Amino acid sequence: MVKKRKPKLAVWKFASCDGCQLSLLDCEDELLSIVGAIDIANFPEASRAVAKGPYDLSLVEGSITTPHDAERIHKVRRSSKFLVTIGACATSGGIQALKNFKDTKEFTSIVYASPQFIETLNTSTPISNHVRVDFELRGCPVNKYQLIEVINAFLNSRKPNVLPHSVCMDCKRNGITCVMVAKNTPCLGPVTHTGCGALCPSYNRGCFGCYGPKETPNPGSLAEWFTSLGMEHDEIMRSFRGINAYADPFRKVSEAYEK
Amino acid sequence: MQIPFERLAKLMKNRTIKVDYLARVEGEGSLYVNIKNNKVTDVKFKIFEPPRFFEAFLRGRHFTEAPDITARICGICPVAYQMSSIHAMENICGVKLEGQLRELRRLLYCGEWIESHVLHIYMLHAPDFLGYEDVIQIAGDHPDVVKKALELKKTGNNIVSLLGGREIHPINVRVGGFYKIPTKSQFLLLAEKLKWARDAAIETVKWAASLPFPDFEQDYEFVALQHPDEYPFNEGRLISNKGLNISIDEYENHFVEEHVRHSNALHSVKHQDSVYFVGPLARFNLNFDKLTNTAKELSKEAGIFPSCKNPFKSIIVRSIETLYACEEAIRIIEQFEMPEKSYVEVEPREGTGCGCTEAPRGILFHKYKIDSKGIIQDAKIVPPTSQNQKQIEDDLFALVRKNIHLPKNELTWKCEQAIRNYDPCISCATHFLKLEVVRE
Repeated sequence: MVKKRKPKLAVWKFASCDGCQLSLLDCEDELLSIVGAIDIANFPEASRAVAKGPYDLSLVEGSITTPHDAERIHKVRRSSKFLVTIGACATSGGIQALKNFKDTKEFTSIVYASPQFIETLNTSTPISNHVRVDFELRGCPVNKYQLIEVINAFLNSRKPNVLPHSVCMDCKRNGITCVMVAKNTPCLGPVTHTGCGALCPSYNRGCFGCYGPKETPNPGSLAEWFTSLGMEHDEIMRSFRGINAYADPFRKVSEAYEK
Repeated sequence: MQIPFERLAKLMKNRTIKVDYLARVEGEGSLYVNIKNNKVTDVKFKIFEPPRFFEAFLRGRHFTEAPDITARICGICPVAYQMSSIHAMENICGVKLEGQLRELRRLLYCGEWIESHVLHIYMLHAPDFLGYEDVIQIAGDHPDVVKKALELKKTGNNIVSLLGGREIHPINVRVGGFYKIPTKSQFLLLAEKLKWARDAAIETVKWAASLPFPDFEQDYEFVALQHPDEYPFNEGRLISNKGLNISIDEYENHFVEEHVRHSNALHSVKHQDSVYFVGPLARFNLNFDKLTNTAKELSKEAGIFPSCKNPFKSIIVRSIETLYACEEAIRIIEQFEMPEKSYVEVEPREGTGCGCTEAPRGILFHKYKIDSKGIIQDAKIVPPTSQNQKQIEDDLFALVRKNIHLPKNELTWKCEQAIRNYDPCISCATHFLKLEVVRE
């Protein structure tokens, strides 16, 4: 019998905190089974050994913020059969997309004494703005079990079983008391994509949108509810302008409430 | 084909060592070493991780948002960012946590130290000592060692998940305390795992001490927090083995950040341009007497008592600190009593304040200015790796000088290992690392 070739996995980093790729190393119970089934061909955080492409599956972490990275992502796409973005940075531009609302020149001079040494684009943009993406896994950070599911699905030619409903639905299913109804705590749960298991409400706080907008959200309506809780416009603006600030539905609301 | 002797000799005299993308470190960096006439002329530990401008976009945010925003600087040590930011905010607002809430913050830090140290010991650093490319290769030959390591790492993550909500970017930390406190019975279940982890950490210390170490020591200035009663996590004065003894509020009078062309991270140096060393080795050398008895005894057995100046042995020190963190976590859990409230109210007040805590990689300094409504006017963050960056370059200089006779591949690997001694976290420092060694 001919031994089947193990599929090749590559992990790529752009502007990010490393947390999403770390999620793979955080799969302590599953890691050895994963590396038994796939060939980790390019994963610099974990290994010095780098195998050349093409790769069966590329996981891309981080957003595009430099001219060099805007080029590099095309090389990654060309060497990958499937390309999956992991996390908020790669999927919506991430927390660093907060700079998209400001002047980058001013930002550079706030942080760096010699801004002329810094090469950066004016925006932090998701990978899908630059190349075709086969699947976007959300979260800041991604849920490691969803990550395993996505790897499994792509390597077995099936659709990932990752649901698109809201965090709000998870609360109802898990029997978590609604923080907004019971405590007047502002919560992005009704418009935020599931994946965390309604973590924040289960810890007595409102959702702050780590997983970005759910499918067909109505954030404008939620913002009105926030007003009725007595929130000021700048507070509403900040609540939508967080980890997924540049995701369209959230961006539009934060811009509408910006003074 | 044989290379003629003269040409070979010339090649050896003038060399460039380059590593364009350093592996087994967190973030993007490279190494560049230039050797001319058998002398090291230039060493650059470059950070090309893209800048993310946290300090700029913190301006205009509410002070209560700082822990959730700054956590996103680093996926490996988010707890450190949360701790430094909340302590800075509480200092500004005149709040000091005592009792169980203070203890629980130490517990959360124990979790992060265990998770981060074990990741570095076994998955990032150990392959260098054993001649493997990665931990997966180690697992091929020594599956039991790797399984145990993963289980130990998981115990650290279990602490962070229970008390923080999840391993990466925990959600349960707030200025003033926590959103929710787990129950005593949940903690006690964790304590059972921690007792296993404590034994695994003892084995890790013994295993780490048996690794082959190059003979390499320099006259370092170690800088760490020191607290009168405990091994430092969140509080203390900043001290060094060369006479520094200041409160964290005086930090900026003694340390300055420099911006160099080859780095998207700001180098941090002491005034008068002197370099310094932060992290486990610094903490250990300055706070040895505050370790638990088991940790002290094992350090003696491991031959690093009473001090350790060989950065390659940081792997032993990390395992000692892992043991300490397991024992400290058990202590905290055993004395735990549910506090009346999970947080204290913190009202914003206009002012400026600092927070400095011991991230797994060393001191992490935050300074904020907020207005009377709690809106952040100014933020400054100095991560451990940017403080160590110059020290790393100094080590590389000395190391290459000492090992100049080595073939290029071996020398390159040695240089990479010397960088990994510091467990550099490049995502943090931007605001990484690239190794090129050029021999002209």
